[in-house]
Amino acid sequence: MNKPSQPVLYLDDVTVSFDGFKALNGLSFVVEPGELRTIIGPNGAGKTTMMDVITGKTRPDKGTAFFKGVHDLTKLDEETIANLGIGRKFQRPTVFDNHTVSENLELALKADRRAFRTLFARIGAAQNERIEAVMEQIGLAERARDLAGSLSHGQRQWLEIGMLLMQDPELLLVDEPVAGMTDHETEQTAALLKQIAGARSVVVVEHDMEFVRALATKVTVLHEGSVLSEGTVDHVQNDPKVIEVYLGR
Amino acid sequence: MSARLNQSLGRALVSGARPYILAVIVILALLPLLNLAVPPSSPFYLPDFAIKLIGKWLCFAILALAIDLVWGYVGILSLGHGAFFALGGYAMGMYLMRAIGDRGHYKNPLLPDFMVFLNWKELPWYWHGFDNFLFALLMVLLIPGLLAFVFGWLAFRSRITGVYLSIITQAMTFALMLAFFRNDMGFGGNNGLTDFKDILGFNLHTDGTRAGLYWASLAMLIATFLLCRWVVGSKLGRVLTAVRDAESRVRFLGYSVTNYKLFAFVLSAMIAGVAGALYVPQVGIINPSEFSPAASIEAVIWVAVGGRGSLVGAILGAFAVNGAKSWLTSYAPELWLFILGGIFVAVTLFLPRGIVGLFGQKSDGPRISKPSLANLSKMLGTVPPAPKEQRP
Amino acid sequence: MHVGRRRALALFLILIFAAVGRVQDARADAFTDALAGFAKDSYSDTIAAVEKVSATGDPRAAAVLRALAEGNLQVRKSDQAIVYTREEGGKTLGTEAASGKELGEIKTDDYDQVRVNNRVRSAVQAALGTFNLVHPDTRQRIDAARALFKNPNAANIPLLLKSLEKETDPAAKAAKELALAASRLMSDKQEERLAGIAHLKTAGDSEVRDLLLRVAGQAEKGSPIHTAATEAVASMDAQLRLARNAEIFFQGLSLGSVLLLAAIGLAITFGVMGVINMAHGEMVMLGAYTTFVVQQIIRTWSPELMEVSVLIAVPLAFLVSGAVGVGLERGVIRHLYGRPIETLLMTWGVSMILQQAVRTAFGPTNREVVSPSWMSGTMEIASGIALTQNRVVIILFGLLVFAIVIFITQKTWFGLQMRAVTQNRAMAASMGIRTGRVDAMTFGLGSGIAGMAGVALAQIDNVSPNLGQGYIVDSFMVVVFGGVGNLLGLLLGSSILGVINKFLEPFAGAVLGKIFVLVAIIVFIQFRPRGLFALKGRAAEA
Repeated sequence: MNKPSQPVLYLDDVTVSFDGFKALNGLSFVVEPGELRTIIGPNGAGKTTMMDVITGKTRPDKGTAFFKGVHDLTKLDEETIANLGIGRKFQRPTVFDNHTVSENLELALKADRRAFRTLFARIGAAQNERIEAVMEQIGLAERARDLAGSLSHGQRQWLEIGMLLMQDPELLLVDEPVAGMTDHETEQTAALLKQIAGARSVVVVEHDMEFVRALATKVTVLHEGSVLSEGTVDHVQNDPKVIEVYLGR
Repeated sequence: MSARLNQSLGRALVSGARPYILAVIVILALLPLLNLAVPPSSPFYLPDFAIKLIGKWLCFAILALAIDLVWGYVGILSLGHGAFFALGGYAMGMYLMRAIGDRGHYKNPLLPDFMVFLNWKELPWYWHGFDNFLFALLMVLLIPGLLAFVFGWLAFRSRITGVYLSIITQAMTFALMLAFFRNDMGFGGNNGLTDFKDILGFNLHTDGTRAGLYWASLAMLIATFLLCRWVVGSKLGRVLTAVRDAESRVRFLGYSVTNYKLFAFVLSAMIAGVAGALYVPQVGIINPSEFSPAASIEAVIWVAVGGRGSLVGAILGAFAVNGAKSWLTSYAPELWLFILGGIFVAVTLFLPRGIVGLFGQKSDGPRISKPSLANLSKMLGTVPPAPKEQRP
Repeated sequence: MHVGRRRALALFLILIFAAVGRVQDARADAFTDALAGFAKDSYSDTIAAVEKVSATGDPRAAAVLRALAEGNLQVRKSDQAIVYTREEGGKTLGTEAASGKELGEIKTDDYDQVRVNNRVRSAVQAALGTFNLVHPDTRQRIDAARALFKNPNAANIPLLLKSLEKETDPAAKAAKELALAASRLMSDKQEERLAGIAHLKTAGDSEVRDLLLRVAGQAEKGSPIHTAATEAVASMDAQLRLARNAEIFFQGLSLGSVLLLAAIGLAITFGVMGVINMAHGEMVMLGAYTTFVVQQIIRTWSPELMEVSVLIAVPLAFLVSGAVGVGLERGVIRHLYGRPIETLLMTWGVSMILQQAVRTAFGPTNREVVSPSWMSGTMEIASGIALTQNRVVIILFGLLVFAIVIFITQKTWFGLQMRAVTQNRAMAASMGIRTGRVDAMTFGLGSGIAGMAGVALAQIDNVSPNLGQGYIVDSFMVVVFGGVGNLLGLLLGSSILGVINKFLEPFAGAVLGKIFVLVAIIVFIQFRPRGLFALKGRAAEA
């Protein structure tokens, strides 16, 4: 980060439409360095589309999106954006089922991504230590040699978060990390995410209000493709606009 | 991390099968001696055609490895690999044509017979250099590689995947077949290239040359196997299988999926080209029918039968299907197409992991997706395992 | 010359004898005088004699001229009389030309043959032509007029004018007018020649064009004839070009409709259901064989239905291919839903089995399907633009099938269920739709349409076990090009591909044209990976 004051993520007036339906409608959104931010919103509010725009999967019809104030995210592809330092966890946990836990982490490891380099790549001691450390962190050290396909749903969520950590990104986008987790796992995940934030910025999308409360961060409410409300959990929960959207009229 | 590496390598082999594989290699290597050193009257004598036939299968096994590399490990089902095989074959055929020299029917020292027949006056520019064996070998690698590069770059860049990709690879080989059927392409049209005399000065019709080509094919098969095993066992190999299983995840990890696919596709095309180049001097002809979509898809079924995602499986499949074909086409020729068709149906329905899967051993192949496992169990009358709880 | 024709001519001559009666005597002398020219033994004199004899219009002239053309005209050495001979039972029988007196067997030594070369022969043909201009048989009259057109001569003008007065048949009339115009072109009078050009340029015929070119070449540059002829050629060229383009365009549409027919079924199975059916071509092939079998049965049991056999075959082919499709879907394909690559390989195997089964049952050779009369022949929609009727029927049939499919998918209860299942299977099932049955019916519909396409293809292609293979790559290209799941795209895609294919053919040849189209499609999907009419957004991801 060249200028500490520069926001990590800066979206302004982003609009995306599919066949006339506006998935994002003039969305503006800023994430500061080291911030942990939670995004909530009903289905179809544009949460996933917003992540698609940030990671280069979807090109907006209109608007600007900058990473660290210099990288224009609307012009770059997924690989480049990932290498700039934006990691993403999908809504449905996506890990490589036919690879072991440690191999999954090895693939995510920050290293030369060029094809010929990976052909001759060897894992050094330092890198190996890092893999071990992350496995400890996500609680999968004992299952290092097991195929990811054999993990439980919650473990797969964690493995994917672990892969994000291996990437060592400056911004993590985490889509519904506690879906399908037990209460205990949810608590652990909240602790994990809080631990991660600080050194990097984290944006979490979640429905589970208990979890959102546990994170205790600034919350952004999306509705119909734009920001409806922003503030603490208590603030947004008492915002009449939010109540109207969630409870209906 | 040698343990980790060994583990990956071990998975490429059918574990515990190593002694058997070595035994098979030794037997295969000794076979030509039964042709060369044993008198024809002996019951152990192996006739010429058998050497030629097994030599052919060795080339098919190399092609199967090439297909398995992209299909089994990267998930790219190419229905046009016959095109790379044929291009390698044509490059070798061009050398063999030039090697005929003035011993052809028309005694033209420079022009192959079919060009004299077509009343051509000079050698087309793209036939120059093929009188040199090394140049021809280089082309065996470069031409299929270049086609794969251009085609793959166009296809992978625009993210054409799955069956779309399969269909356009089929269109590619179909277009090439039409092109090579044309006389004015300068590759002998319908008849292709044939009537070869010798290779590097060795007469193609002697037992010694036949055995030599056989050994060359066997050596190349082993070399290709080791190369593929090294590639799929490397970190690059793990990225490739990751692309197969969750392409977008790989992309969001910052890997250029296009480049990785392109690497595998070009390497695979070159291997197929080598297989074609070894095949042509043994069968003595190369013609446009090698480009036919049916030929390519038949090669795919070898891999499916053996077990995609397993290198040993690919080789096994090539031998099994071609062995059955040779036996059946002499025994009941009209039955063969029924059986081949039946193999397509049976393997996809009941043996998604091929012969290798039958033995219950690990392959690097993708595990069967849950819905299909349920279907399979339903068909076999067993109860499917309860699906894992998942949030809708 | 044909015996029957000769007999007809003889009868005709007798009628003329009766009609002209006395006039004949007055002409007789001119005829006899003209005959003398044949005795001179030089080709140019012989030709002059031919023209003189035919100019008399004497009915006896035809026999003389025909004998001359066949080398049977002789000059008696003793008195230079002209005699024509015929061979009969090894004997040579003679007839005196002037008197018509039968001489019985003659000794050839007493005679000199009138020698004939090609120039003489063509002069004779032209002269003979004039006699046939008033032949009772229309074909003969047209042939005669054509012959005169090919050998235009100003001397024929009065003859043609006269015969035109009584001409009633439009085709013969047109042929005669053309011959007249060509003859006028040979006149020395400028007005006559210009009138000839003015008429000729309305004909869209390459021979007429050649004639005009010749005239233009002979005429002095800048002369009115030269200008008129050159202009006429230019206007004919423009017309010919237009006609040719229209014809190519039509052929393209025709190819497009064939592609459309083959691809509609695919668009349902692949586009709507997402099932890659490599045996789709074999569904087409089964339809073609159904047509063949239907015709065989009708030929044996009730030949009077032959004309409508194709119409009977259409629903039967739908049922046969549809049933095979339903069986295929219920039997195997449904176990592979969600695994397109396995489906592709499996159905390829099915296609091999179906092909081999048909090969075993019907033999590997081509089977012939007879087109009914209302599908054969050509129709001219404008001057010079001829369309073969079977192609017209196929275009109409393709559009009809297309309309029916649109109707079924958009307006029927079944179509509604079908769309519901493809959009959200689980939801459809929970609403009580029997998804398995809808799948089977949808697949059956796609296969059945392929069968109907087979009926159409049987009219224009060889019915062989490989029939379907020839269309499968093309139809996939149409679906990919037009956009998966988009019926309108399919219609436009197939038409565009058909027309492009046909327009490329004259420049590049059929094979190169096809290669070019394939390469173009591969490049095309670079820019529109989801076809011409792609859906955007979430619908496309599904």
